[in-house]
Amino acid sequence: MLNYFKLIVLGLITLFAMIAANYARDLAYQMHAVLIVLISGGLFLWVLRGTDEPAAPEPMNEYQDGVVRAGVIATAFWGIAGFLVGVIIAFQLAFPALNLDVLQGYGNFGRLRPLHTSAVIFAFGGNALIASSFFIVQRTSAARLWGGNLGWFVFWGYQLFIVLAATGYLLGGTQSKEYAEPEWYVDLWLTVVWLAFLAVFLGTLIKRKEPHIYVANWFLLAFIVTVAMLHVVNNISIPVSVFGSKSVQVFAGVQDAMVQWWYGHNAVGFFLTAGFLGMMYYFIPKQAERPVFSYKLSIIHFWALIFLYIWAGPHHLHYTALPTWASTLGMVFSIVLWMPSWGGMINGLMTLSGAWDKLRTDPVIRMMVISVGFYGMSTFEGPMMSIRAVNSLSHYTDWTIGHVHSGALGWNGMITFGALYYLTPVLWKRERLYSLTLVSWHFWLATIGIVLYAASMWVTGIMEGLMWREVDANGFLVNSFADTVSAKFPMYVVRGLGGVLFLTGALIMCYNLWMTVRRSPAKEASLSTAVPAE
Amino acid sequence: METYSLLREFADSWMLLTLFLFFAGVVLWVFRPGSRETYKDTASIPFRHDDRPASTKEAGQ
Repeated sequence: MLNYFKLIVLGLITLFAMIAANYARDLAYQMHAVLIVLISGGLFLWVLRGTDEPAAPEPMNEYQDGVVRAGVIATAFWGIAGFLVGVIIAFQLAFPALNLDVLQGYGNFGRLRPLHTSAVIFAFGGNALIASSFFIVQRTSAARLWGGNLGWFVFWGYQLFIVLAATGYLLGGTQSKEYAEPEWYVDLWLTVVWLAFLAVFLGTLIKRKEPHIYVANWFLLAFIVTVAMLHVVNNISIPVSVFGSKSVQVFAGVQDAMVQWWYGHNAVGFFLTAGFLGMMYYFIPKQAERPVFSYKLSIIHFWALIFLYIWAGPHHLHYTALPTWASTLGMVFSIVLWMPSWGGMINGLMTLSGAWDKLRTDPVIRMMVISVGFYGMSTFEGPMMSIRAVNSLSHYTDWTIGHVHSGALGWNGMITFGALYYLTPVLWKRERLYSLTLVSWHFWLATIGIVLYAASMWVTGIMEGLMWREVDANGFLVNSFADTVSAKFPMYVVRGLGGVLFLTGALIMCYNLWMTVRRSPAKEASLSTAVPAE
Repeated sequence: METYSLLREFADSWMLLTLFLFFAGVVLWVFRPGSRETYKDTASIPFRHDDRPASTKEAGQ
């Protein structure tokens, strides 16, 4: 019965997308309409062919790991794609000739830059978060994922969102809001997928067999709920035409700026922090084989982080049309936020107390520990940069880029690599990773890459900030903008090399994970724990 | 009073107080007597049920 309903919906979508492709007002919209025709038409045939086949019963005494495996593969794939685009645009900045003439309008820096940010944050980070939340919520609830194939819908629906967003940027379909560039129809699709994600996660929590909800799930649930709220409010816009990608924001002027940075900073706070802290609170105890240092601290960490982060957005708008009281509020909350962030860092690091020797023997735990170290570093740097006086120097300079990357490459990247190294042998039922030596190589390449990146961006950022404000005895500005650009050249090359090292490390990881699945010995009688007959 | 001023006044008085008291309450609740044992059990959740969901018989343990 459900299949008939699916067929009707898919048929209608295909029909509408065909009409839309015909009437499309711009290239991005037209390409997307054609893509939707192909996908929904293909799905129609696929559902049709299987319509009256009896469905295999769901194995309720097993975890649903297929979707997590797919998520691990997608995370690795989008990671490489995102890092590669990052390296390309880093060298485009250093050597402008790389904005090749044939690529103008599609592959120049302006088009590729949002492709890079969205690929690493939403494609790499998002897939890591979806996969690990599906993994964690099942293990800590002792229950199979709720909703049957809804988990697969979330996975494939999210991949479609990524493809629509990425191709849209290249073809000019963007609403120019940082980290929220996709246009209205892509936003609507993401809302549908995200609500399905929320339903799967909550449904699994509701049917859990453990009386308590483990703290990692609190962070993951906060991440899902808050991102839904942020996404909907920041993307309130009215399409110019139902057959075109252009839309007009409902908020205007400083209200729009404030909503954008309320969204933007909480994308950092809830997507890149709360969600990844959920990963930290599960994978570090698992890899260290000991429970979290202080469960009490983790609860206080959670509530303090949730209550404070949401107010920090205005620090992106110092010295703008935003009222001073609002930017002061944002600054004060950002500084207070330092405390819970470091509370969480201490909790993660101290989980290793009594097992510090593992740092020498287990490169995976080394990866996780350095990620928590970078978390501590960037959550110190961030509050400092939010202070108005510091911000007057750092804002609009490369220091900001350096800060973002020490957080994103160091904290999010490294904890994700650690999680992938943990997940792959478990999900493919292998005894161990293919090679720990290769993990060490990855660790050092990535770490040196980040250090090169962050250090060169500190130097160039502070230099550029100082050059911009330098005045001569008569009060005239000494440097033109182009002077700062040429002075930054060596640092831009170093930054690009840091990116190459980071990318190389990630490629080594992919090889290692691939060989783990292909070559590592299978876990003997893999499920050795006694399972009562049911 | 216009909506903005009304909401603004509410936000920086009663709502602020409510949120602060909620947070203070959480901190006190965490340190309630007997919490150590409860949290010891909760913190070890990741080390159970690695391979399979809990069967119905086990439920409620």
